[in-house]
Amino acid sequence: MNIFTTIFQRDMKLALRRRREVANPLVFFVVVVSLFPLGVSPDKELLAAMAPGVIWVTALLASLMSMDTIFRSDYEDGSLEQLLLLPGSKIMLVLAKITAHWVSIGLPLVVLAPIMSMVLYLPNHALPSLMITLLISTPILSLLGAVGVALTLSLRTGGILTSLLILPFYIPVLIFSTMAISASISNLPTLGYYALLGAFLIVSLLLVPYAVVAALKVSHN
Amino acid sequence: MMQFIHKYGSPQYFYQWSGRWQKLLSVVTVVLMLTGLYWALIISPPDYQQSETVRIMYIHVPSAWMSMFAYVVMASSGVVAMIWRIKVAEIVVAQCAIIGASFTLLALVTGMLWGKPMWGAYWVWDARLTSELILLFLYVGVLAIHSAYEDPRTGAKAASILAIVGIINIPIIHYSVEWWNTLHQGPTVTKFDSPSAPMSMLTPLFIMFFAFKTYFFALLFARTRNALLSRERHTTWVQGVLHK
Repeated sequence: MNIFTTIFQRDMKLALRRRREVANPLVFFVVVVSLFPLGVSPDKELLAAMAPGVIWVTALLASLMSMDTIFRSDYEDGSLEQLLLLPGSKIMLVLAKITAHWVSIGLPLVVLAPIMSMVLYLPNHALPSLMITLLISTPILSLLGAVGVALTLSLRTGGILTSLLILPFYIPVLIFSTMAISASISNLPTLGYYALLGAFLIVSLLLVPYAVVAALKVSHN
Repeated sequence: MMQFIHKYGSPQYFYQWSGRWQKLLSVVTVVLMLTGLYWALIISPPDYQQSETVRIMYIHVPSAWMSMFAYVVMASSGVVAMIWRIKVAEIVVAQCAIIGASFTLLALVTGMLWGKPMWGAYWVWDARLTSELILLFLYVGVLAIHSAYEDPRTGAKAASILAIVGIINIPIIHYSVEWWNTLHQGPTVTKFDSPSAPMSMLTPLFIMFFAFKTYFFALLFARTRNALLSRERHTTWVQGVLHK
């Protein structure tokens, strides 16, 4: 567990020092969501119907855009290689980095969600389900995204390729989350969707770190 | 087990035994394909509702089946490539990806051609169509990562990891899409006790299914053998094969 706390604290400290870089995906989230009313129509009902999908797709993209920060700079200055040589569990190392990424990107997205739901006229009683789905699912986005970044680290054109590899894996998260929010808009039970998302989170938490470690090894050849 | 894998996976020995299988499979494919197509397009009756368009099914259904089968073969050889570092398995991953992507595309296109007269639109956001489209995206991802690396062995390893992550995800994606929306007809063939299609249609369908399967393996062997020759072109056994 020691390696986990050490790496987590290190990454959080780095994130705090690069506040502006960390804030970029969040600004992206706000700007892109605000573009939809301009592009579609300011009509209240239309926007409310679109709100779950728009907020979620934008959150996916914002999280994906920020994924590069998780390993890239450490890879480029060589510290990632040194970290991998540390004694102790590589799984814990990877988990710590993913957790730090989630705290610096995923959590702020959850906090921003109420403002964005006002912009898109999401009914107030659906707000809790929006926040719950974001809270359960943004860690899944960080986990799966880490695989994509780890696979493309040693390539120069990493960014777009990562999205191409990872977006299909985000589909179940997108579907269950938006279905949960739509269900809560029409006052239907939503517990089943949360359970499915939770199950998906547990499975990814258990399996994804192994894939990330394998991918990091391939990147370091 | 180890001995078996290393023996059949050594490039030179693989080249020999796959050559024999490739010839056999090619002959079987031609026979099955001709019989199946003749039966499907000429002997079998038109459907009472769909009339002649039902014949698209004899290509569409086998290619949809093969699109999934190719992914399983790809992911399994990805596992072999990751664990035992077998060079042949690494090549098979990439070759499966391209063949599987082609079958997926074929299934999508034939489905669209059938959908226009039957459903009135080339594309509907139905669960099975969407799953198949996502499968195509997954194949494209594997192909993209494989070709992104200059060193083919590193590319193959990265592609193997992605294929393995994909095979765990496919059932999840499939069922999530299934719950999301469904319009496609339910399975009519796999209900073995009482299939809802008549035998006059099922027989040619099964012949076509086996024809596609042998075609897949014949193609896979041919492509893998060619890739192997070009990858190993500096070794003595390839020189030997080429000078023969």
